[in-house]
Amino acid sequence: MADLAELYQQVIIDHNRNPRNFRAIADANRTADGDNPLCGDRISLYVKVENGTVADIGFQGKGCAISQASASLMTGAVKGKTIEEAERLFQAFHSMVTSDGTQAPDTSLLGKLAAFAGVRQFPARVKCANLAWHTLHAALAGDGKASTE
Amino acid sequence: MAHGVAPAAAAPPAFDVARVRSDFPILSTTVRGKPLVYLDNAATGQKPRAVIDAVTRFYREENASVHRGVYHLSEQATDRYEATRGRVARYIGAADPREVVFVRGTTEAINLVASSWGRANLKRGDEVLVTAMEHHSNLVPWQMVCEATGAQLRVIPMDRDGALLLEEAEQLCTDRTRLVAVVHVSNSLGTVNPVQELVALARAKGALVLVDGAQALPHGPVDVASLGCDFYAGSGHKMFGPTGIGFLWGRRQLLDSMPPYQGGGSMIRKVTFPRTTFADAPARFEAGTPHIEGVIGLGAAVDYLQSLPWDSVRQHEARLLEYATECLREVAGVTVYGTAPQKASVLSFTLDGVHAHDVGTIADQDGICVRAGHHCTQPVMDFFGIAATVRASFAFYNTREEADALARAVAQARRIFG
Repeated sequence: MADLAELYQQVIIDHNRNPRNFRAIADANRTADGDNPLCGDRISLYVKVENGTVADIGFQGKGCAISQASASLMTGAVKGKTIEEAERLFQAFHSMVTSDGTQAPDTSLLGKLAAFAGVRQFPARVKCANLAWHTLHAALAGDGKASTE
Repeated sequence: MAHGVAPAAAAPPAFDVARVRSDFPILSTTVRGKPLVYLDNAATGQKPRAVIDAVTRFYREENASVHRGVYHLSEQATDRYEATRGRVARYIGAADPREVVFVRGTTEAINLVASSWGRANLKRGDEVLVTAMEHHSNLVPWQMVCEATGAQLRVIPMDRDGALLLEEAEQLCTDRTRLVAVVHVSNSLGTVNPVQELVALARAKGALVLVDGAQALPHGPVDVASLGCDFYAGSGHKMFGPTGIGFLWGRRQLLDSMPPYQGGGSMIRKVTFPRTTFADAPARFEAGTPHIEGVIGLGAAVDYLQSLPWDSVRQHEARLLEYATECLREVAGVTVYGTAPQKASVLSFTLDGVHAHDVGTIADQDGICVRAGHHCTQPVMDFFGIAATVRASFAFYNTREEADALARAVAQARRIFG
């Protein structure tokens, strides 16, 4: 039985209400727009990469609590990380929200991002949680656009 | 709701909701261990046993193609198929069943008129009028045909209640206007539009009127004769029949003057390599083997609808809408969109600080089905400056207890998000 309290954890509610790094970055050298056409969730991501490291990152966007809190927590998690470390986090996050739940999420790697473990019980909302990460992936790959469709 | 039918003077007898609910098998099922509370009727209606049985019986005992066979089974299928035309005609107040064309749904009906009538009749300098609250299905086909023909699309605005501004419509309806396309009942706001007034404006300028009836038909019979329109489109699945079947009603001389929409079998009179002549309507617009079981299911749905005591049903739906609106407004931060004086039982709302999809997920945990999103009316969302609403749409089988369950779920969303 899916549990609302597992989906809407306090950390998610908090980051939705007070998103961190919610700003455009004027000298960003990697940007991408992500959208979730079904729901209308949208984010614009601004990344400043220096020497293979995410030196600064910000986002702006509109959408459901899951999509916006995920973007806020993602920016916090990858800031200061190398591109390889950020990609590893993307893979770990992706497998956490799409797994069958038999394997416990790697909390030592994911840290606060483990708050999204409950999303996998809500298949309609997995795309909301993944949007920011797909957008990051697109920005780092130089694609400029990401869509969950 | 107003359908050009005068309301009964005395209060009608109370509607027996429990009895009609027992006609719909799905309404006694559970979701996540909770009784199903189905409030997404504007998306699709649930199916009464009569419809399910008619489709099943057709497959088990009556299946054959129509208009072709010289054998009994095919003749019987043809009779059943054609009889539905008459049933639909009666339900919408049309005199002639031959004016009813079977299509996939309202969307295809409108595309048929836009492609066939529009491409043959529209040219640069002409104008097509739509309203600010059209579903994308009564907007995009007109944008496409305007793009192709050089005609202009004009939009009749609405006020903050979601009521159409008739004075503006009067200004916009000119000698250049060739067609007015209007939604009878708005799917996202519930507004019942003043079709008769728009028809009067259009008539004075020699323009045609197409009415998107998708959301009106589930709330009772309509009367195209008193509405005075030229085309009326509807979807079977919103009328508690099967998906993939709907109809276009059009004036006969108009349909017979329109070029075919799709070519193929059944729509011809005589085919040779140099030249083909076409059948009259409705066959002209029904190329290929039709959705026979869909038509038969639609016939059963219309029979079911005709059996309902509509004065009582309308009163029940109006009271339910009023009650649900009051319950929701007791939750802090709820704003209702669509507060026009003439309104069907569609309740669109936002909850301050909580996205519609989060409300939808929370309601789903209690077995409540509501729609969250733009409802295929993005310009309506833009007009109100919102991204999405939660929409609860009530049918005659919904109850006050279900409205209570919705209000409880919205209050829970309020608690979770603070």
